[in-house]
Amino acid sequence: MLHRSVVLGVLRSIRSNTRSFATTTGGAQTSLWDQNLSEDQLEFQRTAREFAAKELLPNAAKWDEEKHFPVDTLRQAAELGFASVYISEDIGGSGLTRSDATIIFETLAYGDISTTAYLTIHNMVSGCIDRYGTDAQRQRFLPQLISLQAFSSYCLTEPGSGSDAASLSTTAKRDGTDYILTGSKAFISGGGVSDLYLVMARTGAPGPKGISAFLVEKGSAGLSFGKQEAKMGWNAQPTCSVSLDGVRVPQENRLGEEGQGFSIAMTALDGGRINIGTCSVGGAAFCLDRALQYASERKQFGQAISKFQAIQFKLADMATAVHASRLMIRRAAESLDANAQSATLEAAMAKRFATDACYGVADDAVQVLGGYGYLKEYGVERVMRDLRVHKILEGTNQIMNVIIARELSRRQH
Amino acid sequence: MKRVLVAVKRVIDYNARIRVKADKSGVETSNVKMSMNPFCEIAVEEALRLKGNKLAEEVVAVSLGPKACQDQIRTAMAMGADRGIHVLTDTELQPLAVAKLLAKIAERESPDMFLLGKQAIDDDCNQTGQMLAALLSWPQATFASKVELEAGERKAVVTREVDGGLETLRLRLPAVVTTDLRLNEPRYATLPNIMKAKKKPIDQLTPEELGVDVAPRLQTVKVEEPPKRKGGIIVHSVEELVDKLRNEAKVL
Repeated sequence: MLHRSVVLGVLRSIRSNTRSFATTTGGAQTSLWDQNLSEDQLEFQRTAREFAAKELLPNAAKWDEEKHFPVDTLRQAAELGFASVYISEDIGGSGLTRSDATIIFETLAYGDISTTAYLTIHNMVSGCIDRYGTDAQRQRFLPQLISLQAFSSYCLTEPGSGSDAASLSTTAKRDGTDYILTGSKAFISGGGVSDLYLVMARTGAPGPKGISAFLVEKGSAGLSFGKQEAKMGWNAQPTCSVSLDGVRVPQENRLGEEGQGFSIAMTALDGGRINIGTCSVGGAAFCLDRALQYASERKQFGQAISKFQAIQFKLADMATAVHASRLMIRRAAESLDANAQSATLEAAMAKRFATDACYGVADDAVQVLGGYGYLKEYGVERVMRDLRVHKILEGTNQIMNVIIARELSRRQH
Repeated sequence: MKRVLVAVKRVIDYNARIRVKADKSGVETSNVKMSMNPFCEIAVEEALRLKGNKLAEEVVAVSLGPKACQDQIRTAMAMGADRGIHVLTDTELQPLAVAKLLAKIAERESPDMFLLGKQAIDDDCNQTGQMLAALLSWPQATFASKVELEAGERKAVVTREVDGGLETLRLRLPAVVTTDLRLNEPRYATLPNIMKAKKKPIDQLTPEELGVDVAPRLQTVKVEEPPKRKGGIIVHSVEELVDKLRNEAKVL
């Protein structure tokens, strides 16, 4: 065994920056749930884990600091199939399930939340085109989205309509076989960089039934972008406002029927909520591993701080929160895969629970690491900043409670 | 080349913490993450590059051992190997038995090259490739850091890392080549290829069918943890350092 450790030491020192032997310092990134995964899922996880360890984790701090959107790394992820996880195989997607996607995205988010979260948004937009698009639309847009030669953004929120999304005021007026889109969208991930924008706009009466979905291409006359927002976290992806000033969009770019837009947007968000929750689990799993490692190494009062019950109980709570979050997220994904009626309810519950609990885990990790946790060098403060927004986007956690209550009351009648 | 065989071994993951069993009979493998031996992964990658460069037509991954070894064959197929061969046995396999089994498979498959990792990170034997070449009476090139083919000549040119620098060998095919660390950087298995790997066939054989007696020839007396590292000391003068090196460490 001495020999093994010597050889491994050599392996690591020689190729410490190469894939096969890249190590995630600290925990081996395994979870209690791994024993329940299928052989295929373990392989997906293996690929994602290696990619996260080599390409994401070593760069996450730098991307955060420099506010860099790693286009090349994302395209490399696309080559492995991560930009089209649940896009159909006939068009070149990976053709996997939502359950598979939770495992993949969690594992990637362990390496970097911000880029993984962008990937999930891109998967969501591509998923809408795959599901609701005509053959012509699928052929036209999906191949480039799958390879990430084209980036995409989801545009629902407006400066004046967030939680009350159905009140959106961007309009799409018919002009012959075209639509003229006017209005503005806020907090758009990928804004300014993306090549394709899935825009919800009003074609009819007030309320959800009057909304349609459009695919707006970058370069369209009248499409412009606000300044890049300065944010607390999610710094490795651009965010800005998107303005539509009489943008002419041909009818062929309408996704689904007139009036179907809000339904498309909400169905997409069921999956989006699971994706965001799973990114939270990945970030929290990273924080848990870091806290476990630190607590076993840091000595105070003559012993490792992991010997103190105050720290042990905190670590126990953190591990329980990660496990519970993971179970809820994967269960919701299974329901979505099965088209279960309860999918919306379960996705809302899982999103609310996981994003709250996992933010708490990141906060606790900062506490366990003490002064070091507050330093950027240790990584857990970045995760805490990145995870904070998960309680807000894809529907705030308060809106999740509104959905949960509504679904409960629907079940009573 | 028509066919390249690659041997892949299931070992404890290089990142996992190694624990010696309480009875000192070996290391704990239950509930420990297992993976393909990293040197075998490099061998798979090299075979796939030969195929990618149209220098080989078919890549076959071979693993020997319990049923779970199929995981490593699947991994090789997800990377791009065309099919797998699994020799099923729960007997502990030592290098000579492995070499004999691989030699029998080579007789059945008549590959132009047998690629192996130079050693496995569990037992670090570094014997199988050499034994296999001897059993087959094939030329061998171990510790390869570069593999090239002279296609028309049916010869391979292999660069090896030796203590004094690099050595280049020209070998007649078929040959046995074992891979060193710097040969290549293995690819990731893509999600679509992982799915495609499910449809690729794995032939299953047994040592009995191959007529090989795999009974262990070596007996493990005991396995122990390496001694724990003791705390260092600061020496205050060169004289003290030399004195300690000479009289305590006895290395001068």
